[in-house]
Amino acid sequence: MLRRTFLGLLGAAGMSAAVGQTAQAAGTKHFQGHPGSKGVLFDATRCIGCRSCEAACNQVNGLPAPAKPFDDLSVLDHPRRTDAATYTIVNRYDNLPGAAGPVFRKNQCQHCQEPACASACFVAAFTKTPEGAVIWDESVCVGCRYCMIACPFEIPAYEYNEPLTPRIMKCTMCHPQITSGKLTVPGCVGACPTEALVYGERTALIKAARERFAAFPDRYLNHLYGEHEMGGTNWLYISGVPFREIGLREDLGITPAPELTSGALAAVPIISAAWPVLLTGIYAINQRKEKIAAEEKKQAVAEALAKAKAAAKADLDKALAKAEADKKSAIDREVKKALEEAAKAQAESQVATKGESEEGE
Amino acid sequence: MSTEPIDVKKNLYTPFNLVVGFILLLGGIVTILRFTKGLGAVTNLSDNNPWGIWISFDLLCGVALAAGGYTTSAACYVFGLKRFHSAVRPAILTAFLGYALVVFALHYDVGRPWRLAYPIVVQSGPTSVLFEVGLCVFLYLITLFIEWVPSAFEWLGFRKPRDIIVRMTLALTIFGVILSTMHQSSLGALYLIAPSKLHPLWYSSFIPVFFFVSSIAAGLSMVIFEGSLSHRYLHDKMDATYLAEHDGVTYGFAKGAAMVLTLYFLIKVVGLTLDNNWHYLLTGYGAWFLVELLGFVALPAFLYAIAVREQNLTLIRWTALLTVLGIVVNRFNISQVAFNWQLPSADRYFPSVMEIIISVFVVTLGLLAFRFISSRMPIFYEHPDFKEHEPIDLHEHELKSHPQTWGH
Repeated sequence: MLRRTFLGLLGAAGMSAAVGQTAQAAGTKHFQGHPGSKGVLFDATRCIGCRSCEAACNQVNGLPAPAKPFDDLSVLDHPRRTDAATYTIVNRYDNLPGAAGPVFRKNQCQHCQEPACASACFVAAFTKTPEGAVIWDESVCVGCRYCMIACPFEIPAYEYNEPLTPRIMKCTMCHPQITSGKLTVPGCVGACPTEALVYGERTALIKAARERFAAFPDRYLNHLYGEHEMGGTNWLYISGVPFREIGLREDLGITPAPELTSGALAAVPIISAAWPVLLTGIYAINQRKEKIAAEEKKQAVAEALAKAKAAAKADLDKALAKAEADKKSAIDREVKKALEEAAKAQAESQVATKGESEEGE
Repeated sequence: MSTEPIDVKKNLYTPFNLVVGFILLLGGIVTILRFTKGLGAVTNLSDNNPWGIWISFDLLCGVALAAGGYTTSAACYVFGLKRFHSAVRPAILTAFLGYALVVFALHYDVGRPWRLAYPIVVQSGPTSVLFEVGLCVFLYLITLFIEWVPSAFEWLGFRKPRDIIVRMTLALTIFGVILSTMHQSSLGALYLIAPSKLHPLWYSSFIPVFFFVSSIAAGLSMVIFEGSLSHRYLHDKMDATYLAEHDGVTYGFAKGAAMVLTLYFLIKVVGLTLDNNWHYLLTGYGAWFLVELLGFVALPAFLYAIAVREQNLTLIRWTALLTVLGIVVNRFNISQVAFNWQLPSADRYFPSVMEIIISVFVVTLGLLAFRFISSRMPIFYEHPDFKEHEPIDLHEHELKSHPQTWGH
């Protein structure tokens, strides 16, 4: 495959990761939930821990029968969490300061307005419905369990004993039953004998909670849990004891889960755009460096050769000149010697001539 | 003639073969259990602890330790460090096998493994960090396969397709670096969504950067560590170029690892400071954090620097092992030790024997595949018919020198 095709694919991948993201890490948009979405208000001061909600949930969702029957309240002696056969549980909290007796709290999916599970799911199996419920689609789930890692409320459970078709199990706020008309309110809400659970539009529930705070200021803490936690949830809680004492974490903050990862995801298109240019640039710089180094080497070799040639020529010239000079001086010396010899010979012959003439006289 | 069959029989029952055979047998049994009885029967996973060592070790450590592929090929082809060329093929092979085994191991962990391609082919969840990880790992596995396949083509003698792929080397390398940058960092970014579950000392908005930078150190150290192992057990497969370049690669990578580990140490301290987490250092988790930061990051950075200065190959190799262990410690800290730290100890996770068996089984498969391929295909040597990177003057020099040697 060509690089262009590769980069095209990559760009597409980056774009698809960037588009369709609802969270605006640094934007001015603020999602306040689908208008008219429904939720449930739980009042911890009204719950008596009868487990009727658990029984109703089990029945309307067709979940397997538990080991101990629902009227056996000894199961409340130990804290429990939701699991593959249990969408909702009630826990009992004893000896709380400021509480006359034990306090009970029901737990199930909080149906976040911007759910961590939906943001984390890589096949988008979770849907936040406009009606308020967070539902899960079995037909695409791969079973990676990242939703369970992501959920700050530790709600989704997994069918660990299913070898090939394990499902993610969690409360649906009875969305299928309500949309199909089988139920008008979630099973648990309908079964509650003390109206500790109220089903209605989230905005109406917030108003109702505020009214209870105003009417009974000594009975409630002035905090509506779920109004802002993790960006807001459709399941809301009011209580007379601190929420941390009844298993609701107070350190979750108000940032919706999708915003926690949107910054990191935003790096994807940037990297896929910047890296090819940067890396090709580094490659090109290195190529150029090598080319220049090679040219410089070639030039240096040529220069060295020229220099050596010139030096050799100079040496040769010098040697030649010296040889010439030597030759000349040798000739001069020879000439001089010859002249001297000639002069000497002349002088000798003159002397001889003189002697002969003297002898002859 | 009569001794031959006995020899063959003897060779079959070497200690190595016995151990490997035993591991494969155990792995096979656990595999059958996993796909007939489910995860509940073989793992200690729970609703509170949905990710065990098959994610911590096989995925997180597996991907980090396979980072040698992109670091080595980038050093050689992009950053122009051509003296590392002979280290590229072993690193690419390791990375390819590493990623292949990561994907293989995921088939055990996910509930419906035949749907692993669903995020790409059926329905995408682009708001998920895991989607990015999946897409990048998928594309990078293909890239690594293409990068590796010339070795197989040379072995089989397919010149034309091999030449086509070799011409794409630079593009493949750059593509690999992009994908690695994204998914190495994204493996850390997976945990960004769970600030309430991960201990503040390990939770940081910089986790993606920490994962990416530490993966470079892991990649460089794995190349050194593996090189020393290969040197011992596959020495006869190595050619003169590989052996000549080997020490240079070790020194060069050690120098690089010293610098990267120093960078990693500094940004970890920056992360600690920005989140104002110093007071946690006085707690039990703080002590363990310091062990990781000082013992497995600062110490190897220092040892690498000393070893390079003193040209001490033995110290470099031990430091590489320490760095690799440090990366494993870090990935386990984030995915297990510091994850769910607020849960009571009864609700915490510890791997089952069968989970460990599968992890050992997967590593064993990797070793066998590496041995099978590197003892048949040109990994540690250049195929004589496909030499092109050796300088031409070296050839000429060799040719000239031979008659002289014979003359003596």
